[in-house]
Amino acid sequence: MKLIIAYIQPEKLNDVKQSLFNANIKHLSATNSVGCGRQGGYSESYRGNIVEVNLLPKVRLEIGVNDDFVDKAIKAIVEGAKTDTEGDGKIFIQNLEDAVRIRTGERGKDAIG
Amino acid sequence: MSQATFVANNVWMLLSTFLVFIMHLGFACLESGLTRAKNTTNILFKNTAIIAIGILTYAFWGFNLMYPGFAEGSSGIFGFAGMGISAPEGAAGLIGYADGAYTYWTDFIFQAMFAATAATIVSGAVAERIKVGPFIAFSVLFVGLVYPFLGSWKWGGGWLDKMGFYDFAGSTIVHSVGGWGALAGIILLGPRTGKYLNGVSRAIPGHSMPLATIGVFLLWMGWFGFNGGSVLSADPGAISFVIVTTTLAAAAGIVGAMATTWVVQKKPDLSMVLNGSLAGLVGITAGADSVTVTGAIIIGLVSGALVVGSVLFIDRTLKLDDPVGALSVHLVCGIWGTLAVGIFSTNPDHSFVTQLLGVGAYAAVSLPAALIFFGVLKATVGIRVSVKEEHMGLDISEHGMEAYAGFQFFRTQ
Repeated sequence: MKLIIAYIQPEKLNDVKQSLFNANIKHLSATNSVGCGRQGGYSESYRGNIVEVNLLPKVRLEIGVNDDFVDKAIKAIVEGAKTDTEGDGKIFIQNLEDAVRIRTGERGKDAIG
Repeated sequence: MSQATFVANNVWMLLSTFLVFIMHLGFACLESGLTRAKNTTNILFKNTAIIAIGILTYAFWGFNLMYPGFAEGSSGIFGFAGMGISAPEGAAGLIGYADGAYTYWTDFIFQAMFAATAATIVSGAVAERIKVGPFIAFSVLFVGLVYPFLGSWKWGGGWLDKMGFYDFAGSTIVHSVGGWGALAGIILLGPRTGKYLNGVSRAIPGHSMPLATIGVFLLWMGWFGFNGGSVLSADPGAISFVIVTTTLAAAAGIVGAMATTWVVQKKPDLSMVLNGSLAGLVGITAGADSVTVTGAIIIGLVSGALVVGSVLFIDRTLKLDDPVGALSVHLVCGIWGTLAVGIFSTNPDHSFVTQLLGVGAYAAVSLPAALIFFGVLKATVGIRVSVKEEHMGLDISEHGMEAYAGFQFFRTQ
């Protein structure tokens, strides 16, 4: 089992959800986050003072998947989030030790499926 | 006319002016509430700019374009009484100005407050995608030239007034004219990115129902001055009656919208019911002093039902993206209210055919004029922000400033 963490452009969330859905991956969670990579920021101004904004709004996705879904999930996220411009985001993959479905008490592979 | 009556009249007219002024805060709240958090600074900025544009252009030339004092035998189509404003000397600008109803200055400031509302209507309809500079340019042209020119046809004593067309406080002159401007903007801008996916309309929910509700109640309160002040004196019988018909129509608009949305959408939609009260108010505005109590309630009920049907029809069938329902409230119900005078008026001089002619005449000028203004701006400087800027939000792309600094919200649409 793997835990996939992806940071994507906020407005690409719908596309990513759609491509994950098409790959038969229907569970994920999303949170707001701010982050920076190579993209660089922009500047705002407030009452004449410049405000440098380097941490840009992103959406962070977390998806726990069984091993045979890892590549499918990565492919789907890339497909949905890619615009060929800097700032499209990153995907991190970690080993996942265990998982529990709260309602039934199922563990491991069964809990995720 | 006694001095005491003159004073009472003038105080009421100024109080009405202040109430119409607060409608601009109502519009600002309503539009902000029904759009996304990332565009709030932009909405507030536009609303702030518009009131300035409306009042200043009205002082420079608008007032004299709208009230040129058509000469006897004139065609009553176009008149201009010169630049600027200045009160007649002595009592002629005071008690002698309008037979003791109000002073020259009161007349100006009351009418100036109205002028700005016509452009505010456009603001909501084009929200979340229009560039701020071209919008301001459009507003100057539309509120500075089109509104006073068209207003002179009726309120200035022009040709429609002579024909017997009736529009008490502006269902057509203010609301439909603004609505036609909004329609032109929507057509030339196109829908917000992501609004229509594979030809299907998607919801882009507004970010604050509390703000939208505050806006509607402020607008309703302002309407007591909008209609009550349009009596143009403090005649106790007339103003109290107008305020009763106005309020009944707003209440009936809520009920009409509530019933319709509950049946059509299965669950009652607050934003539709809010639109319903405004629909009732716009509907009654043309005939607030000349319909019966029953007539006012029917006008309100129909307006409320009409606004819900119209929002759904415009959004899903015509595929015109109107984030706040400005077309349905101001254009559709403005037309309905004007025609309703021909149906429900107790004054035998009002006729349905003349009302229809008036609606057509206003449409025939305001829509093409707005299309030309927006069209020229689109061809030269462009009127729409880029898709990337739309995703970022107009607060940052147009103003470099957030409305809710320090807050996080989903910017996923």
